[in-house]
Amino acid sequence: MISYAECSARERLALVVDTGSFHEWLPPALKLTSPHLAQLGVPSSFDDGVAIGRALLAGQTVFVAAQEGQFMGGGVGEVHGAKLVGLLRRALRERPRAVLLLAESGGVRLHEANAGLIAVSEVMRAVLDVRAAGIPVVVLIGGSGGCFGGMGIVARCADHIVMSDIGRLAMSGPEVIEASHGVEEFDSRDRALVWRTTGGKHRWLTGDCDVLVEDDVVAFRTAAISALGAVRPVTMESLEAEHARLSARLAFDGAEATALWSSLGVAGAERIPDLDVAGVLALGA
Amino acid sequence: MDWQTLATQLFGAAHGIVRDGDFLQGEVEFDGEPLTVIGTTDHAPIGVQLALRQARAVLDTMARHPGRALLLLIDTQGQQLRRRDELLGINRAMAHLGMCIDLARRRGHRVIGLVYDQALSGGFITSGLIADACDALPEAEIRVMRLPAMARVTKLPESLLAELSESNPVFAPGVRNYVAMGGVRRLWQGDLAQALREALADAQPQDQRAEAGAARGGRRLAASVIQRVLDAA
Amino acid sequence: MSLQPGLETLDYTFTGTRPAGAFAPVLVGVVGSGNLEVLLEPAPGDDCSIHIETSARGFGSIWAAVVRDFHQRHSLAGVQLSIHDMGATPAVVSLRLDQAARELQS
Repeated sequence: MISYAECSARERLALVVDTGSFHEWLPPALKLTSPHLAQLGVPSSFDDGVAIGRALLAGQTVFVAAQEGQFMGGGVGEVHGAKLVGLLRRALRERPRAVLLLAESGGVRLHEANAGLIAVSEVMRAVLDVRAAGIPVVVLIGGSGGCFGGMGIVARCADHIVMSDIGRLAMSGPEVIEASHGVEEFDSRDRALVWRTTGGKHRWLTGDCDVLVEDDVVAFRTAAISALGAVRPVTMESLEAEHARLSARLAFDGAEATALWSSLGVAGAERIPDLDVAGVLALGA
Repeated sequence: MDWQTLATQLFGAAHGIVRDGDFLQGEVEFDGEPLTVIGTTDHAPIGVQLALRQARAVLDTMARHPGRALLLLIDTQGQQLRRRDELLGINRAMAHLGMCIDLARRRGHRVIGLVYDQALSGGFITSGLIADACDALPEAEIRVMRLPAMARVTKLPESLLAELSESNPVFAPGVRNYVAMGGVRRLWQGDLAQALREALADAQPQDQRAEAGAARGGRRLAASVIQRVLDAA
Repeated sequence: MSLQPGLETLDYTFTGTRPAGAFAPVLVGVVGSGNLEVLLEPAPGDDCSIHIETSARGFGSIWAAVVRDFHQRHSLAGVQLSIHDMGATPAVVSLRLDQAARELQS
């Protein structure tokens, strides 16, 4: 088993797609670095933290992007965002079988502030354009940095999300919540609490991700292949169903995950944090 | 400008927009045509509940008034920073709101966003920024994050961030920066009703913000990088 | 202006004896805390030139020693190395440089 979390973005990408099939667009040798980081004394990255291109997955053409969580927390800056938008717009033209996004990001790259915010918004609209064209957008989340902020919203704009139990999917990071409302609101150093609230197991139990896998690149690859047909058209009906689903959540009182899981009818909710992925999948079946 | 003054200037004193908590909603008439108005006020934090409230209003307009234009009035301090909202999937509720607005646009509803006071990223990224265009009043401010939290997360000194926020377009919160970067299409100055009229007339489905940022000089790389990806061998 | 930190830029050039020939650019490493990325590309002539941008300032003499040792190990001719560094130790820098050079042999 190769840990997906411990791989770099490029290593994950290489192992998820068919061996040797990745063809990169705007590679590092073009040195398309951020125009905004040097003024803050922060080093740039030759690919601005995201590798994009075309590849084969089970022999089928897919477009793929992999965000490097170790660079600026995977945050989306001007160039990074434009690479994603370019990839998505090209997908409209060439109609690959799917667009695969190996997401690991804190959201907007704060060091690029306004430029990052607009960039994430452009990515969001581009993802919805691809979806509206009937091309599935599949998001893989399994890095230790998780998928937060505007990228946490982008993920939920996609057709299909695969998460490992190490992955997290949310909007605001626990540190920001703690800084705003205190440690009683959210103790960011309580890892168990953080993962109960935003981690893959929780998201799978509530249906916020579609598939839960082990921290294993092969498991992610297998799930990505299965997702190639996962087109979910956005319609009035689907949005009304989603609205009912989300509205029902408001009936739950409080902020504790184990109580929420119990309310969903999951037996033995208190044991879930200690279960492995197979154990959680058995509960949800 | 407070929302009542804004509404009165746009639609007259009998506009019919009602405030319920931080939520604004109304069906108004503008230039003889009906228009749905949805919004927030009092620097509202947007949590699951308020995101869903806005989504419901968009869904209702799609169901009951096909083709009717929507005006989103934005005043928000950003996403609600509570553990409960994260647990309940605030990112999913935000995405749902965004997808409702996006579908409305695809079904022929023009959607215009107007930041009339302040907006922080999460509070309007799936409303104003997903509309056909996001406009703003000249005194409005748009921020990604408050400086103290930004300093904590970036480990950059707050004093440095404050200095950059004075002069650096990437950091400064004034909406003129957002216009230069293409994020905001236009500022509403003088005759607000005329500005709304132009906003509705100019609404169009393509996301042209990267091109606008390049043309206006505030965001010079994005459009060219997008084009290079399209052209890459 | 006085509040702004800055990146330090360093450049070194050596004359190499082992021509690298033509090759596809090589990228190793990641720009994370305590890490660096190295881009190795062909260049005309016999030089091995190294361009470094680092957020850890004031370590010029250590960089000079590390790159000198690298060149003594490999003596590459006709290459250009570009580095983005975020405070990697000399050992990690040497490791990445050697990883990059090793990819030339495969």
